[in-house]
This record gives sequence, C-alpha cells and structure tokens, in this order.
Amino acid sequence: MDAVLDNLDAYRQGFVTTLTLTVIASALALVLGTLLAAMRVSPIPTLRGAGTTYVAIVRNTPLTVVFFFVVFVLPQLDISLSFFVFAVIAVTFYHAAFFCEVVRSGINSVAAGQAEAARSIGLTFTQSLRLVILPQAFRTVIPPLISVVIALTKNTSIAAAFGVIELTAIGTRLANANGDAVIPLLAGVAVCYLVITLPSGWLAGRLERRLAVAR
Amino acid sequence: MRSRRLTGLVGVAVALTLVLAACGGDDDGGQGGASFAEGSTMAKLQSAGKVTVGTKFDQPLFGLKNLEGKPEGFDVEIAKIIADEMGIKADNIEWVETVSANREPFIQQGKVDYVVATYTINDKRKKVIDFAGPYYVAGQDIMVKKGNPLGIKGPEDLSGKKVCSVTGSTPAENIRTKYPQAKLTEFDVYSKCAEALKNGQVDAVTTDNVILLGLISKDQETFELVGKPFTEEPYGIGVKKGDDQFRTFINDVLDKTKSDGRWQQAWDATAGKVATQDATQPPVDRY
Repeated sequence: MDAVLDNLDAYRQGFVTTLTLTVIASALALVLGTLLAAMRVSPIPTLRGAGTTYVAIVRNTPLTVVFFFVVFVLPQLDISLSFFVFAVIAVTFYHAAFFCEVVRSGINSVAAGQAEAARSIGLTFTQSLRLVILPQAFRTVIPPLISVVIALTKNTSIAAAFGVIELTAIGTRLANANGDAVIPLLAGVAVCYLVITLPSGWLAGRLERRLAVAR
Repeated sequence: MRSRRLTGLVGVAVALTLVLAACGGDDDGGQGGASFAEGSTMAKLQSAGKVTVGTKFDQPLFGLKNLEGKPEGFDVEIAKIIADEMGIKADNIEWVETVSANREPFIQQGKVDYVVATYTINDKRKKVIDFAGPYYVAGQDIMVKKGNPLGIKGPEDLSGKKVCSVTGSTPAENIRTKYPQAKLTEFDVYSKCAEALKNGQVDAVTTDNVILLGLISKDQETFELVGKPFTEEPYGIGVKKGDDQFRTFINDVLDKTKSDGRWQQAWDATAGKVATQDATQPPVDRY
C-alpha cells in the first residue's frame, strides 16, 4: 500500500494521459464514425461501398496491428508525429468502425416514415439526416455508444506498448521498480481505469433516462 | 449464497492441488547426481526428476525461443548446468516465460523453481526474493545508427536526444533519474526500439550491452554499439526468499563452472559469438 501512496504522482501522470487519450480519441472517433454511418446509408453506391469496406477491414483487424501500421508504417511515408498523436490516430480509426455500426443501427431504428416525411417537405438527404434522423438515432443508441467508449478507454492501454506513458505503462514501470509490491501497484492501475469507466456507465444510464424518445 | 458456493469451489480446488502435488512427489526420478540433505529444495527437485525454470523468451543471445519452441541462449545454458547438477536432464526442464514484471510474483508463488532471465540483482528485489550469483556482469550501453551520425559517445551526449528503452526496465530508470535531459521513449520490447531507431523516430537505444549486441547481430548494416558501458548490472539467479540451502547450492555450482570451464563453454556457444570483448565469470556474492 505504501508503494501505491509513494507513487501517486506517477499514477496521476498516467491517469491524465489515459484520460486525455480517451477523451480526444472518443470525440474524434464519434465524428468519424457518424460520417461513416452517413456514408453507409447514403444513396450514393460508391460512398456506401467505401463505408462498408472501411468497417469490414478496420473492425476485423486487431488493434495491436492497427497500432503497428500507424506507428511504424506512417513514418516510412515521411509522416512523423509524436507517439501520443500516433496513438490518438490508431485508437480513433479503430473505434470509428464500431461507432459507425452503433450509429447506423440507431439510424435504422428511426421509423422510415420520418425520412420520407423529411424528404417530402423538400429537405435534402444531408439535411434530413442532420435535422430529423440523427437527433432521434443518437437517443436510442446511448447505451451501446457508451459501451464503445468504455471499450475504447481500456483499449488505450495498448498505447503503452507503443511509446505512450499512460496508466498501463506506469503500472509496468512501477511494478518493475518495486518488485516487493507488484500486486498492490497493479491493483492501483485497475482502480484508475474504474475511475474513468464506472462513471461513464453511470452517465449512460442518466442520459438514457433523460433523453429517452417517447414512443 | 453465491459467495459460499465460491468458497466451496476454492476449497475443492485447493484440495485437488494438494492431492496432485502429493502424487507428483511420488514420481521416482532421481537419475543420479549428488545426494542432498533431506527436505531441501535440491532433494525435492532431484526426486521429482524435473524442474520449472523461468527465463526470457524474447532476449536474443540470453533467452530466445527458437522455431522448435525451445528457448536458447546464455541464461538457458546456465539454467541447464544447475539442473544437471541435481541430476535433471535438459529435456525435463519446463521452461516458463518470465518477463520483467512477473519475475518476483512467479518466484514467490512457486510457479518457477528458479529464474535465470537477465535479472539484475538489486536491494529492492532482494526484499522479496533471494539471488544466487552473479553469473554475469553486464553494463548499460547505447546503440546508435551505423556511423553514429549524431556523434553520441556516452550518456551525457543524450541530452535533448530521443532515447528508447523498455518500460520500467533498469536502464530506462537510470536514464530517467540520472540523465533527465534525455527524452525517453518507452516500448514494451526492444525490437520495437530497434524499429524506431531504424525509422529515425528515436536517436538511440539504451540497455545492457549484451542485449544491444543481440539486436545488432540481427542487423549489422543498420546499427552499431557505442561500446562504453556506464553501469554495472550483475545478473543473478532468483530463488525463493529464505531458501538459503538452495541459494548456497547454486552458488557452489557457479564456483564449479568457473574452474571446470563450463561457464566459458556456455558463453562461447551463445553470447560470446557476437560479443566484441572477452568475458570472465564474476565471483559469486554470498550475502
């Protein structure tokens, strides 16, 4: 226990890095995922095909492999960024595929009459999606959206193996430096993750009740 | 209710383990070797005829799993010599991968009988386990791109440069505490550091010289060693805390390998192949 208290500063540093990575990547992935979902329901076959292909490839590749591509292949194309930015890119691109599927299922849950009505009053496809369908779609998929955020939070731990000093890397570092207190130190890391993920679940429950669509 | 059922299950599991352990003890192994004091770890292992050894599976020259699934390297040879002294054949050694973070727990929980895994002896570790040896003294060194374009001669030249090591390793801690001006990048394995150095994402890789030699031996066109070790890392053999009989036995074995040339043989067959300097066996530290 002393080992944990002695290293609160290291924990804080790791916690902040993990949280920053989670927040930035979640926001970007949600935007990208929504765009992909819009592509997958759009009337243009090329866009639909592109969206479907993206989801099929990225969602079915292990995140570690995605990381390898981003961290070691992009530099060979003369794209050199910090390892943190690389991690944001890898986590964002990977989870966008999952967000896309969640948002798309939300879109499909909106009654077809809504879209038909929107189009019949003269809204374009983009307008009807933005103003009529998506606002309803998001409300129905809050629980699965938060599930993806929680998965994303835990998946950021893979960044530890790719040059980002986040919670898991801090855990490894502390465990190595304090061979006499490995279990408490790693338990401390688990608690830090729970501090992020548990409130997310709680938030999901609240949002769901507040925003439920009356049907 | 549920917790009670769980307790029951755990109880059954414990009982089963005990029964199995008892059965295991009856195995008649003991193919020769010296005779040991009743109840000592050596006697137990000798009569079981097998031993579980923790080593690295990803450390070229020291402990690296080959394509047949068997680890090979200097650590592995040392572990075999110790087993041999108890009359256990190399085929009866069960190899368990120990990475830096799980070596102490594995020894404490008895998952391995001893650990030979580029394991630096230090006081913090001595609090929870005991070390026999050292059987080798490595030193932290620096690997740079061939030709050393940045002119890095030692750790002092690393300030402002990006230097790579493995998360939580002793060399990484050294850089963090003693050379804080260096920009430390940490990966989980050294092969990624090498890849980053090749790509120019970092300027140098630092860890124990012998580990760097292993990386260089795979790609001599790209990397070179600075060749000025700036620390001393005595590698020890980890055993359970307080098992002084076993520790003394291993120390005796190491003394023997010094005089009969088996240490030198093991070195020459493994890390000695790429080492640039001759190595000698250090005296054991019977603390």
